[in-house]
Amino acid sequence: MTTYLIAMYQPDGGPPPDMDMEPVMRELEAINDEMRAAGQWVFANGLRDSTTATVVRVRGDEVLTTDGPYLEGKEHLGGFTIVRAPDLDVALGWARRIAKVTTLPVEVRPFHD
Amino acid sequence: MPGRADIERTFREEHGRAVAVLVRTFGDIDVAEEAVQDAFAVAIERWPRDGPPPSPAGWIITTARNRAIDRLRREAARAGRQAEAVRYQADRGPAEAEEDEGPVRDDRLRLIFTCCHPSLAMTAQVALTLRLLGGLTTAEIARSFLVPEATMAQRLVRAKGKIRHAGIPFRIPRDADLPARLRAVLAVVYLIFNEGYAAGSGERLVREDLCAEAIRLGRLLAELMPDEPEVMGLLALMLLTDARRDARTTAAGELVRLADQDRTLWDRELVAEGQAIVRACLRRGEPGPYQIQAAINAVHSDEPTDWRQVLALYDQLLAFEPTPVVALNRAVAVAEVDGPAAALDLVDDLELEGYHVFHAVRANLLRRLGRRADAAAAYRAAIELAGNAAEREFLERALADTQLVE
Repeated sequence: MTTYLIAMYQPDGGPPPDMDMEPVMRELEAINDEMRAAGQWVFANGLRDSTTATVVRVRGDEVLTTDGPYLEGKEHLGGFTIVRAPDLDVALGWARRIAKVTTLPVEVRPFHD
Repeated sequence: MPGRADIERTFREEHGRAVAVLVRTFGDIDVAEEAVQDAFAVAIERWPRDGPPPSPAGWIITTARNRAIDRLRREAARAGRQAEAVRYQADRGPAEAEEDEGPVRDDRLRLIFTCCHPSLAMTAQVALTLRLLGGLTTAEIARSFLVPEATMAQRLVRAKGKIRHAGIPFRIPRDADLPARLRAVLAVVYLIFNEGYAAGSGERLVREDLCAEAIRLGRLLAELMPDEPEVMGLLALMLLTDARRDARTTAAGELVRLADQDRTLWDRELVAEGQAIVRACLRRGEPGPYQIQAAINAVHSDEPTDWRQVLALYDQLLAFEPTPVVALNRAVAVAEVDGPAAALDLVDDLELEGYHVFHAVRANLLRRLGRRADAAAAYRAAIELAGNAAEREFLERALADTQLVE
């Protein structure tokens, strides 16, 4: 078993105003339920907008706290799911479904374990 | 008694089978590869003295497996993992499945699908396939792809690391995923073939080895998946293309167009084999892009070329792959059936400004329409963009001819 991060990348500013998020959230919850039933679900949640992020970093002896996000860009991590799956193909199967439901690009990465 | 070169050849031929079986046993590519290396060292010592074993494949697998078990047992004992060491001891003994073709066949299929997993970069897929299934050394692969050996070694290490850490499985894909995954495997083999066939740079002989290797992989796929028509289509396409290799360039290395080729230089056996496969595909009636391209090549292998049939095949191919490049090739057939003016209308609609063949085809059509100044300009555009010397020289001759008539 390997633990995988399934990360969703979201354009800044949230979903388009005409997009109905309710069915998307419902389907995501259904996928989460299936992951739980398969004994593979570890964690899943969506993040608030990247403008709510705070960055902490070390400069010499000082620890600086600044307004985030850390990486400049038009897209940011929008949320993630953590699964424990027997192999990459199984994790990719979940990722594919999440990508389809959210229409967002999704990145799958293994943890060290 | 076999010499080192014989032993190397045997190991190269059996590499894919041995690594595939050992990956099933040990679940790790590096362990499998090292074990085969160890077996090679034993063979170099014993075969010249005792003669080759009756079944070299079985010998390699058994020897490699025992060496790997020894190695893992020693490592486990050193690390104080006694229980594990004892378990490896129990695993020792005659290999159970090496004479049994069924599981071995599946082992190799699994390994192919792992090497060509879409989560690996295409360059990594190609390198892994050549290394693990083709049995080529890292140095040979590096030379073939004109990259430093260290670069290729790093590429292989990184790819194997990803297989291990990301958990890319050794498994034949589920039916639902199989068509897409098989397309990826065929794309890797065809890329290897084209790298050897179309490139004009580097050591020519080394590059031609890539064609031979791609055909060997194609034959392996055909053996492993005889019921997949596109697998057979790709094999036929490569055989029919490779059959013309000697006629494709002059002794001086100049490119010769298909229509101008000396057909006595074609490899008749390869043509016959390719055409037979194409006929078998046609009988099945499940066409796909590789089968259609093979069929086009099969028609070209008969004299004179039946251009109406070629055009009908391109119509079919365009339905599968509606790309500008396929449309360009189809236009060449249109020129033969309906004349250059009709073809030029089609070509001028394509957005392929950056592709030298687009300009070369336009130049040829313009020349046939008597528009020599336009043709010369198009040839110049093609020469500007052509990637290899043989093609550039061919185009320069065509340009010179065009201007001569003028």
